[in-house]
Amino acid sequence: MNALTPLAEIRAARPAEFPETSRMPSDKFLSIEGIARRYPSPGGKQTTVFENLWLPMRKGEFVCMIGHSGCGKTTVLNILAGLEAPSEGVVIADGKAIEGPSLDRAVIFQGHALLPWRTVLGNVAYAVSSRWRGAAKAEIDERARRAIATVGLAGSENKRPAELSGGMKQRVGIARALAIEPKMLLMDEPFSALDALTRGTLQDEVRRICTETGQTVFMITHDVDESIYLADKIVLMTNGPQAKVAEIVENPLPKDRSRTELHRQPGYYVLRNHLIDFLVSRSKTLRDAPPEGYDQRRPPVVRLTLTEADAAAATVG
Amino acid sequence: MPSHSLNLRAIIVSLAIMVLFLLAWHIAVSGLTKTQAMDPEYAALMGASATTGKSAMPGPVDVASTIWGHLKDPFYDRGPNDKGIGIQILYSIGRVALGYGLAVMVAVPLGFLIGMSPLMSKALDPYIQLLKPVSPLAWMPLALFTIKDSGLSAIFVIFICSLWPMLINTAFGVSATRKEWLNVARTLEVGPLRRAFTVILPAAAPTILTGMRISIGIAWLVIVAAEMLVGGTGIGYFVWNEWNNLSITNVITSILLIGLVGMVLDQILARAQRLVTFPE
Repeated sequence: MNALTPLAEIRAARPAEFPETSRMPSDKFLSIEGIARRYPSPGGKQTTVFENLWLPMRKGEFVCMIGHSGCGKTTVLNILAGLEAPSEGVVIADGKAIEGPSLDRAVIFQGHALLPWRTVLGNVAYAVSSRWRGAAKAEIDERARRAIATVGLAGSENKRPAELSGGMKQRVGIARALAIEPKMLLMDEPFSALDALTRGTLQDEVRRICTETGQTVFMITHDVDESIYLADKIVLMTNGPQAKVAEIVENPLPKDRSRTELHRQPGYYVLRNHLIDFLVSRSKTLRDAPPEGYDQRRPPVVRLTLTEADAAAATVG
Repeated sequence: MPSHSLNLRAIIVSLAIMVLFLLAWHIAVSGLTKTQAMDPEYAALMGASATTGKSAMPGPVDVASTIWGHLKDPFYDRGPNDKGIGIQILYSIGRVALGYGLAVMVAVPLGFLIGMSPLMSKALDPYIQLLKPVSPLAWMPLALFTIKDSGLSAIFVIFICSLWPMLINTAFGVSATRKEWLNVARTLEVGPLRRAFTVILPAAAPTILTGMRISIGIAWLVIVAAEMLVGGTGIGYFVWNEWNNLSITNVITSILLIGLVGMVLDQILARAQRLVTFPE
């Protein structure tokens, strides 16, 4: 089912698409290489959601993707998960082309996607037993319980999803993903259905878990503050159709940031304003009129500098 | 308190309806019609209803005493035309169990196939649409001709009438499995067989059980008619035999018993349905 072909074989088979020069430097853990997604549209034409999309990711990086609805964010995530195949291009994960879903890449779904006929423990244990086939039941339970405890749900193992609040359900979804010890976590707007308070605590949990374990994460979000708090890099997608990666914004905030003190950090306002400006106007203009020298294969990396507002905020804080 | 008193009031009304019905029944058959003086030979031809004014229709007391008689000895066997009502109903239940069991074994796997494969769904749809509305008894002559055994033919008729609701419900339940649950299985690299048993079957189980419950109801309706046709044994044959004997008390007893067994079968399936239903 998950026949991963070594990159070298693919290169050998299709040399034109994968010249030797595109070989990844060793620090590139995941590399999106020229993927496109096209749908047939009425009238025999094709709608191109995005094409020639390139994006590198390092190991241990937390990358958030921001963009308006219809830019193909979820499609990108599904392609990374192996649930969808790109119309063109390839994604290289850990030196191998993605050709289907893999236990190396765990997905946290937007609507938690728990199996309602299983208990909390049953849901997590299902994932664990899929990862370690034929493991003893005691070991499976032990691993599942540990993952459930990590997300702060110890004591709720025997509840069914219907008995849990939205936030607790999403915690189970996170536990299920962590339990299989994936090389990478993929999150599709995991907190968008939650209330602000629950979302905040879950963001804290995810940040704590990911920094402690050095997890590589690709996350889709609509929430600018969420991306500032969680991400090391924020990928900005222009509007679709024919969406592009407009910029990769590096997060200048220190690694040990806290959610409640975020707005007092130097660099916060300039980053936030940059992201909001992008969503308000530049997401459209950058698609229609890319800047001079724009190369889709190497999207510009943006490092922001402090503004007066940030400097003022920093002194107050 | 309100729901408790509602239940109590419902029981009181139910009992009142029963008492009223039994009373009306008793009065209606207790021989208030006038009798005429007539020639004794003619009176013998006319029967008791003409000479004594007593109705040929049995009253509730007659029926109750017949039921008591059956309850005292439900399993007697005095030859092919005189078996206890317990034996007859067991024959019927046995035929339904066999035909229905066979239908489950065919309908659930076939429904899985149809539900999982859009090709098979489209390809088999015309046959299902054509055969589903056929009255199961219309299969009887064909079954008798090919199987050449009346008992097996009755079982075949039960099989064919139980098949369609289960087939259609299984196919629907399987095809309606949420995509996100299937995606969970895919991202966990769960193989097709394990996916069928751990994701699709539990997800479709409530719908499958609904089909099974509809089917057992239909099967129990059809067995009476089928046994009237094939004869020999079974509650349907018993009803027809007692009609030929003009034993209306036995016919009424059978009606009550058929209703009772049908209710029990339905409740068993309803219980099973609750077991597999999951709250969301």
